Amino acid sequence: MNMIVCVKQVPDPEAPPASFQVDAASGRMVIAPSVNPVISPFDEQAVEAALRLKDAHGGKITVLSLGKDAVPHVIKKPLAMGADELILLQDDALEGGDSWSTAFALAHAIKKIGQYDLIFCGRQAADWDAGQVGSGIAELLGVPSVTLARKVEVSDGKAVVERVVPDGYEVVEVSLPALITVSNELGEPRYPTLRGIMATKKIEPIVWTAADLGVEASQCGVAGRRTRLLKLFKPVKEGRCQLIQADSPAEAGEKLALKLREAKLL
Amino acid sequence: MSDYKGVLVLAEVAQGKLAPIALELLGAGHGLAQQLGEQCSAALLGNGVTALAQEAIAYGADRVYVVDDPLLQDYQSDLYLAAMDKIITEASPQIVLLGQTSIGRDLAPRLAFRRQTGLSMDCVELSIDPETRLLLQTRPVYGGNARATFVSESRPQMATVRAKAMTPLERDASRQGEVVAVAAGLSPSMIRAKVVHRVKEEVEGIKLEDAQVIVGGGRGVGGPEAFKQLEELARILGGAVGASRPPCDSNWVPASLQIGLTGKVVTPELYIAIGISGASQHMAGCSGARNIVAINKNPEANIFNEASYGVVGDFRQVLPAFIAKVRELVGK
Ligand SMILES: Cc1cc2nc3c(=O)[nH]c(=O)nc-3n(C[C@H](O)[C@H](O)[C@H](O)COP(=O)(O)OP(=O)(O)OC[C@H]3O[C@@H](n4cnc5c(N)ncnc54)[C@H](O)[C@@H]3O)c2cc1C
Repeated sequence: MNMIVCVKQVPDPEAPPASFQVDAASGRMVIAPSVNPVISPFDEQAVEAALRLKDAHGGKITVLSLGKDAVPHVIKKPLAMGADELILLQDDALEGGDSWSTAFALAHAIKKIGQYDLIFCGRQAADWDAGQVGSGIAELLGVPSVTLARKVEVSDGKAVVERVVPDGYEVVEVSLPALITVSNELGEPRYPTLRGIMATKKIEPIVWTAADLGVEASQCGVAGRRTRLLKLFKPVKEGRCQLIQADSPAEAGEKLALKLREAKLL
Repeated sequence: MSDYKGVLVLAEVAQGKLAPIALELLGAGHGLAQQLGEQCSAALLGNGVTALAQEAIAYGADRVYVVDDPLLQDYQSDLYLAAMDKIITEASPQIVLLGQTSIGRDLAPRLAFRRQTGLSMDCVELSIDPETRLLLQTRPVYGGNARATFVSESRPQMATVRAKAMTPLERDASRQGEVVAVAAGLSPSMIRAKVVHRVKEEVEGIKLEDAQVIVGGGRGVGGPEAFKQLEELARILGGAVGASRPPCDSNWVPASLQIGLTGKVVTPELYIAIGISGASQHMAGCSGARNIVAINKNPEANIFNEASYGVVGDFRQVLPAFIAKVRELVGK
């Protein structure tokens, strides 16, 4: 079975909120230097979903990532977890895109790879939280998609996917090839093994440019966008917390109840 | 682009009624259409839903496009996509709104790519720029650490809207509107991803989305046992229990209790957050709470920037006394 997983490198989304600031003048995010780049967590779970299928059925996993700023040890993590191949889309012409231009470039890369049974993406990237690229790739390739997967199995030439819904889950059967977006309910991604990390050292990423994909500069990156960012700002917070002072934690608990009563919240 | 006119909203149906998000979108769509001096339409998809068209009109639709088909009994991605695509072709709206729901999350991006147009997901604010007359689409980014306003460079301008971000209109049964039955040409052979089975993991008691009081537990409560105490507190207050993501991921509580950017959006009068650090992705789901109360042992925790009342301390010592006092005060 041939699987492709799309991953994005993002600033660690679990870094303290204060590390994410907005420069009002330029309308750009300013990320504190202490924030490490990571693979977007849902994308790591997408890698995990593919690895579980590889464990069960064998096959090949190709990891695909768009972005010039990829840090080698970060972007290679899926290889250390057990993926087989890494393709990086790196070109100025591909930068600065929105969901549309990103999906456009990734879909062309997938066409170029050619052989695939399943494509996996995270449900949304943890920086812009756009939540569109997976479904967009599927639409551009003309393959069916199942979103928000918590479990994926393959049998008889089709995938059986458990899709998270607010009050439980749906079981979805989909013909192959198909695209699946993965949610955190899938479970923790595995840690890279030492052997995996060593093996990774020998795998050189394949780098493709816009020309390799056969796409015009006018169709991708900034030029290919369908949306334009007008304004970026920090939401206003009131931030007036009354902290309960007391001699003991138990007393604080009681005083809190009294305070809430006084405020007519109980 | 002048061929595109008016606002179209997807009016989702749940348990034989218009879903709350449908009413919210109709309210928003109606307002935007008025600013543009154009009409607001609703798309109504399902089996035996034609009767609800009048209801959509009462809540603000000037026209309702209905695809009433037994195949649409439950959500099936490929069929809903085909039906919405057809309605957009027929209505040619300049704005299309869907809910940031289970359906909207799945359908909106595919639909936008099919129409080769831009989309902003999870918008919390929508307005019309008075000069350009473009739809301003504002949504949280970076896990809620910032907000961004986008405009579309293509038509229709598409957005999904977060639950409870918009206000429905008062129901007005005297409102007039037009009902248009659309032949979408659906057939079972169009289904490539087929929902074969639905499993409900409903928790007992009040639904999180409806609860006026929510007691939320985080990683800091340490395990499933502590949730018994939280349940006790919720019961006394007539509320529901929710959680941040780690307790769900660790199976201390069902995944359906997750509050946040990728969980449920809740807007209770009172949210009591226990052992929750207040990560932006969690706050994205509960910052609409009228009052947030935090119990956390770390005085630096971000939750104290969001809360109106707080106790810095170990919940194991604070909570029993708090619960006892609450019980005494509310007399249960
Ligand atoms: C793209 C993305 C989407 C996400 N979506 C969501 C989402 O929808 N919902 C969500 O909740 N999270 C979401 N997350 C995860 C989020 O970033 C945080 O990791 C998560 O919310 C942290 O949960 P927590 O506060 O329970 O745990 P922690 O951050 O580990 O905080 C635990 C807190 O408990 C306190 N504590 C520990 N022991 C005690 C004690 N004995 N007494 C009192 N206090 C104690 C600690 O001081 C700490 O503040 C998402 C993350 C990403 C990247």
